[in-house]
Amino acid sequence: MIHQYKNNGYNIVLDVNSGMIHVVDDLVYDIIELFEENDTDTIIAAMMEKYSKPENAAKLDAPIDVNDVIEAVEEIEELKKQGALFSEDIYEKYITDFKKRETVVKALCLHIAHDCNLACRYCFAEEGEYKGHRELMSYEVGKQALDFLIKNSGSRRNLEVDFFGGEPLMNWQVVKDLVAYGREQEKLHNKNFRFTLTTNGLLLNDDIIEFANKEMANIVLSVDGRKEIHDKMRPSRNGKGSYDLIMPKFEKVAETRNQTNYYVRGTFTRNNLDFSNDVLHLADLGFKQISVEPVVSLPEEPYSIREEDLPQIYEEYDKLAKEMIKRKKEGKGFNFFHFMIDLTGGPCVAKRLSGCGSGTEYLAVTPWGDLYPCHQFVGEEEFLLGNVFEGIKNTDCRDEFKLCNVYAKDKCRDCFARFYCSGGCAANSYKFHGKINDAYDIGCDLQRKRVECAIMIKAAEAEE
Amino acid sequence: MKRIKTLNTRNLKESMKKGGCGECQTSCQSACKTSCTVGNQSCENNN
Repeated sequence: MIHQYKNNGYNIVLDVNSGMIHVVDDLVYDIIELFEENDTDTIIAAMMEKYSKPENAAKLDAPIDVNDVIEAVEEIEELKKQGALFSEDIYEKYITDFKKRETVVKALCLHIAHDCNLACRYCFAEEGEYKGHRELMSYEVGKQALDFLIKNSGSRRNLEVDFFGGEPLMNWQVVKDLVAYGREQEKLHNKNFRFTLTTNGLLLNDDIIEFANKEMANIVLSVDGRKEIHDKMRPSRNGKGSYDLIMPKFEKVAETRNQTNYYVRGTFTRNNLDFSNDVLHLADLGFKQISVEPVVSLPEEPYSIREEDLPQIYEEYDKLAKEMIKRKKEGKGFNFFHFMIDLTGGPCVAKRLSGCGSGTEYLAVTPWGDLYPCHQFVGEEEFLLGNVFEGIKNTDCRDEFKLCNVYAKDKCRDCFARFYCSGGCAANSYKFHGKINDAYDIGCDLQRKRVECAIMIKAAEAEE
Repeated sequence: MKRIKTLNTRNLKESMKKGGCGECQTSCQSACKTSCTVGNQSCENNN
């Protein structure tokens, strides 16, 4: 399968199954479109006809003749021979067998607090309550969760625990105690805990920042961008905006972490389809690790992203990609999470095709110890898997997640981006289609656009 | 090659040989929490 597109003056050809990426001239670009269905003579005739027309010839650096077409065809054939163009999809059996194997748990999302001191309008957790009631996780439940993780992690050494909410700083003492317990246990069991924290920042203070910088491998700081955008969607309980309260603290966190191992993470909605300005606002403030992501909400919400918004969002991504290239050249570069792509050291194909691990490797734990496939399923009773005291009880549900991979999803079969999103988010699929093996269509459209932009940035960087 | 420039990329098929160790980060633990972003994660297989 080939995906080819033009972006920012680059002709980009992605060989989907090998992941190889080529930047090609106009002639090769046109020939690749014809290559599989036509013999060389037909291709030569088609190209000579196309480029005999003045409007097409004008696009080329120099006029072409038959030898140019033959040369281009030969280059394509050489890459095909190397397995870098028109390569076959050989992964279906591999990944199905891979996913059938015995799985271990390696990551937990600990819902330290089902409570929040903000009232964000788009919150999937319903201001921290997750269709339930306000509750804080006790140390005992958290300790049991860490024991459950160690016990079910097999030979995995790196174990991840995200302190999530609601707002986890509303239960900070328990977070600190659990980190201490984890540090003690990791030595006994030859494990390495990677703790992370997701916070809205209101309760951050110097002591918390110091502790987090010592113990947290990553911190996600929630902020949407420009003050007026942030304050509209992220008010406090008394209706006032929260931007001025959090921003100085976030700047301090970023600086004291040497601008690494954190994200300022925002959500854009229909209210700010010009979200590239929010990303650049954060970059202008000096943040180097930025993630601003589309809201995922049902169409009845006024702030939901609709299909008709896609062209504008695509333009924004293009604009942002070009600006990032420019700023990098000027020595003012920053990372945008959704454009990050690791071409040389990225994940193996097993990871790329098997999904995020929700329901198997990754589980969410409620304040009272119930286990769900991920944080977004919390409160959906049919997805209750068990609890940290008795383990997984609902194995049918777990097994459904286990077999969830890109080949189980019809929409992924013909999608070039399947190796970059691994079949998309199961929770989003459930939200929009009532089942986990479908895909959230707007999310897929946006993912494809972002992959195109991310690859274009790599092409531009390779040119330097 | 004159007309084609291939970016420095790891061929995915190569990664079948030693892949699947599972030591890499779970995608939702990084930043997203509402999407599935895998292509940007680093491989941690040192073998």
